[in-house]
Amino acid sequence: MSDIYKGYRGEALGLLKSQGVRVWSDAEVTTTRGQFTGIILPRSETADDRHIVLKLRNGYNVGITVSTVTEIKEIGYKEAHYKIPEKEFPYDPRKPRVKLLGTGGTIASRLDYRTGAVIPAFTPGELYGSVPELADICNLETEKLYGVFSENMGPEQWIGTARAIGREIERGVQGIVIGHGTDTMHHTAAILSFMVQNSPVPIVMVGSQRSSDRPSSDAALNLINATKTAAESDIAEVMVCMFGPTSDQYDLLHRGTRVRKMHSSYRSTFRTIGDIPIAMVSREKIIPLRDDYKRRRNDRNVIINTSFEEKVSIVYYYPNMKPDIIESLIDNGYKGIVIAGTGLGHVNKPLYPALRRAHEKGIAMYMTVQTLWGYVQMFVYDTGRDIMELGVVPGANMLPEVAYVKLGWALGQTSDLTKVKEIMLTPVAGEITEREPHNGYLIYQGGIPEVERFVSSYWK
Amino acid sequence: MPRIFDYGELEEKDYLNLGFKSGLEIHQQLRTEKKLFCRCPAGEYYEDYDAEVLRHMRPTLSELGEYDGTALMEFKTRKEIIYRLNKRNVCTYEMDDTPPFELNPEALEIALEVTLLLNCNLVGELHIARKQYLDGSIPAGFQRTTILGTDGWIPYKDRRIGIRQLGLEEDACREVSDHGHRRVYKTDRLSIPLIETVTYPDMRAPWEVAEVAELLRELARSTGKVRTGIGRARQDVNVSVEGGTRVEIKGVHRIPYIPRLTHFEALRQANLLELRSELHKRGITKEALQSNVSEVTDLLKNTAFLPIRSALERKWRVMAVCLTGFRGLLSFPLQPHRDFASEISDRVRVIACLDELPNIVHSEMMDNPLTATEWRKVSSALEAKKDDSIVVVWGDVRDSETAVGEVIIRAREAALGIPNETRQAFPSGVNGFERILPGPDRMYPDTDMPPVALPDELIEQAKGRLPPTPWERRAYYRKIGLPAKIVEDLMSARRAPLFRRAVETLRIDPTLAAVTLSQTLKSLERKGFPVDRLGDKAIFEVLRRSSDGEFAREAISDILKLMSIEGMRPEEAIARLGLVRLTDEGLREIVQIVVGLERNLDPQDPGKKWRYLMGVLMSELRGRVSGKRVAEFLSEAMGIALIGPDRAKERET
Repeated sequence: MSDIYKGYRGEALGLLKSQGVRVWSDAEVTTTRGQFTGIILPRSETADDRHIVLKLRNGYNVGITVSTVTEIKEIGYKEAHYKIPEKEFPYDPRKPRVKLLGTGGTIASRLDYRTGAVIPAFTPGELYGSVPELADICNLETEKLYGVFSENMGPEQWIGTARAIGREIERGVQGIVIGHGTDTMHHTAAILSFMVQNSPVPIVMVGSQRSSDRPSSDAALNLINATKTAAESDIAEVMVCMFGPTSDQYDLLHRGTRVRKMHSSYRSTFRTIGDIPIAMVSREKIIPLRDDYKRRRNDRNVIINTSFEEKVSIVYYYPNMKPDIIESLIDNGYKGIVIAGTGLGHVNKPLYPALRRAHEKGIAMYMTVQTLWGYVQMFVYDTGRDIMELGVVPGANMLPEVAYVKLGWALGQTSDLTKVKEIMLTPVAGEITEREPHNGYLIYQGGIPEVERFVSSYWK
Repeated sequence: MPRIFDYGELEEKDYLNLGFKSGLEIHQQLRTEKKLFCRCPAGEYYEDYDAEVLRHMRPTLSELGEYDGTALMEFKTRKEIIYRLNKRNVCTYEMDDTPPFELNPEALEIALEVTLLLNCNLVGELHIARKQYLDGSIPAGFQRTTILGTDGWIPYKDRRIGIRQLGLEEDACREVSDHGHRRVYKTDRLSIPLIETVTYPDMRAPWEVAEVAELLRELARSTGKVRTGIGRARQDVNVSVEGGTRVEIKGVHRIPYIPRLTHFEALRQANLLELRSELHKRGITKEALQSNVSEVTDLLKNTAFLPIRSALERKWRVMAVCLTGFRGLLSFPLQPHRDFASEISDRVRVIACLDELPNIVHSEMMDNPLTATEWRKVSSALEAKKDDSIVVVWGDVRDSETAVGEVIIRAREAALGIPNETRQAFPSGVNGFERILPGPDRMYPDTDMPPVALPDELIEQAKGRLPPTPWERRAYYRKIGLPAKIVEDLMSARRAPLFRRAVETLRIDPTLAAVTLSQTLKSLERKGFPVDRLGDKAIFEVLRRSSDGEFAREAISDILKLMSIEGMRPEEAIARLGLVRLTDEGLREIVQIVVGLERNLDPQDPGKKWRYLMGVLMSELRGRVSGKRVAEFLSEAMGIALIGPDRAKERET
């Protein structure tokens, strides 16, 4: 049953009812500020109840203040029907089979100009209509697993996705693309790197920083490059595929355990931390930047391990942090704590007794660095040595979010802290590296002459 | 018969017969400190840049599974768009890498004032919309735009011109270059706040369009809060004729260009309708148009025609299109010096990106660059008959294919009538194709921004700030009795607001007040005196003292001059100039002394002597006494009658 007053409440709802009109009414609205004619549109839930929305003949939406309305007359009714015509995705037996799993985020969309709605385009036919280039790359199948904003992704979705990946590999797909919101793409990439091991095919996560209804969106190019990677590359790892520069030039393939979203909005927000990406990919080619990646195989074997213990927390240390924060984690039954410490992995002295108590309670504790780049090294200062004494284990150069999902995964498999430690400190997919290359940390400061010269000589 | 008339040869009734209708869309930059959706400084243009970004634009499908016509066109062009960024006035918002900030409240207030002046119905809430543009002129691929009011009007002659809407939106980038498949833009102008005034197509003749544009410009400027200068306001003009479609001529920078442009566009449409009739007579409709295509690279490999020679050197293809039954129609005139073939050439240039001209040749050209033999070969390759016309294009594999497609598309559209297009204006008054006119459907809500309420308090405050409208002012000045030229001077004078107060509270000659506030100040400014430093109070004070007779009107300019350079108050300047008031007694005495001294000197002719003595006296007395009184007293002292202001003759005694 459709809601004829969709989104309206309070004063506005009262007005519509008293005037005998509804959403999608084509209406003449007489107000103290003049007369307006248009279609009554649904009201957004987060907007107030003192206005009604009209779509005028010139295409613009306006809000009419309820208290200024003297009369509304319905002169027609234009119900919205979101019919999305299907085009068939062309099948070519010579092309590889790629599966696109959707968890959220709109990698492609259509616009209903009549109402202004942005409708996700997700079936192969819809995607083909939006991004026809995909048909040149592969035979595409799609499946929508979830439709959540990525901040709402969690163990349930991670496990479901890992299992779906396992299923598809067993069915013999040649590559997997996962559409995902960008906010927690790196969390999911990390946990999938643990839950899905030894994959014979590429598993490529992709999203867009600019919504796909925009002409300037990075969505299409990201999707084309991700699909190309899944279909053609020989990199059999969990990767994130997103813009390299902010210009429309190439995407980067980042190893799932070392990638992080580093800017709230830039297209070029994803970066590999403490190392270099695996490859560059453009419409024309995939260029590996290193050769220590797992190669594609012809078999269909994969190891799926979807253990996860939810009672794990990240604690971001700050000066003057009080021990009661740790105490509350202990008292609430947490089994694991990942600390993002300052410098080489430090917290203040007042926390020590709480940490000792946590250790005595058998809570697994690991140290990572807030600075994101660099190794934890707790021998250098007294502080570090003291904290290790208390039972906090240095996490080498694992990123805090990666250590968090890995600890959840480890504790899901065993509660024996020695075994947990072995799991944590044995690299599975590059989350800990033995060496940091000189070019693993390249943050250049704007304003400096040579930097400005460099930046101005290439497309950003 | 195609109609080619120069502007000025047709009268109002001719335009009525054509069914001429025209409307305006005027984009006017607002004078705000910051841009519309970010906090970058607004207004300055720069030539240098710190970095460049590359983007492409992709169209979005509508729910009907179709691309908007413009979007499809732009997508076909496959342009690389380069944006040049200068950090002084561009931030990550302009690069489309950061979401929008709050709508600039200063811009909203100014837009609200103009909306009220246009008598529009005001909305209760502004909803920001996205209007898609795929030419790259906005990095996000869409412009953020909103409307404040609808269905307003302004008085014009004995009727009203309807105002469809008043919108507030972001300005776009400035184009640097557009060659082949690369277009380069500067981002300094991007996101400067604009108001867009859209009229109904109520204008009925070319001159009316220009006059209404002037009125609207005046109205916007009367707020004192819009930017002036070249390019700060741009006019888009819509023209249609009976049986035609609305065509938009974009970006007309100067209002005087408008009459010629609308005139030639109206005729172009009438001529296209004639062309269509001719096609229909020949049985050619959009569906029934036959064409065939052949590659003729080899056939023309020895041609002397330079553009094709260099195409061959680049290993490009040469293609020929035969349009069945089209004979004589490629050279059908549409505008002075522009025939139907030029429309085809425009399409090939814009959509296939083949912009080195000439980019086509055809079988009907007057001084044909291909030889008869070459045409015979091409013709037989196409199996063309004598009723057919042939168009030859050249380009790389993809572009030549696009070009061939566009030739056929445009030919088909000729059988339909007048395609919905956006045209670009040329200085001579004719126009060329710019893009397919965007559909109304390329707008949808911007979900990045919440609606902005327009409460009663904001509106009341804006009403309190409104200046009188131009038509109110003109009516008032005429009622006072100012001559027409002075009315116009005062209309564009910055200090005009002082006029009414002066006339109502001082016993001052209105013409003197008007001239002082307009011509005098303007003249001083032009000579380099910083009169805009003077406060309104100070200028009004000068008028007050003049009306009290403290000095003669001739002194006003000098007083203002001194005040502006030295920063003096009026009384200081008056004292410095030695403008002590002179009584009649004093004046009579001075005049008699001077006359006495000069009695025996040349010239002796009374007329000449009178003039000579006037010169002597005025050089001393200028500013302290009016010339008129000096003339009276001098004539009295010399015993001669005054005829006219500066002639004298012997008084008959």
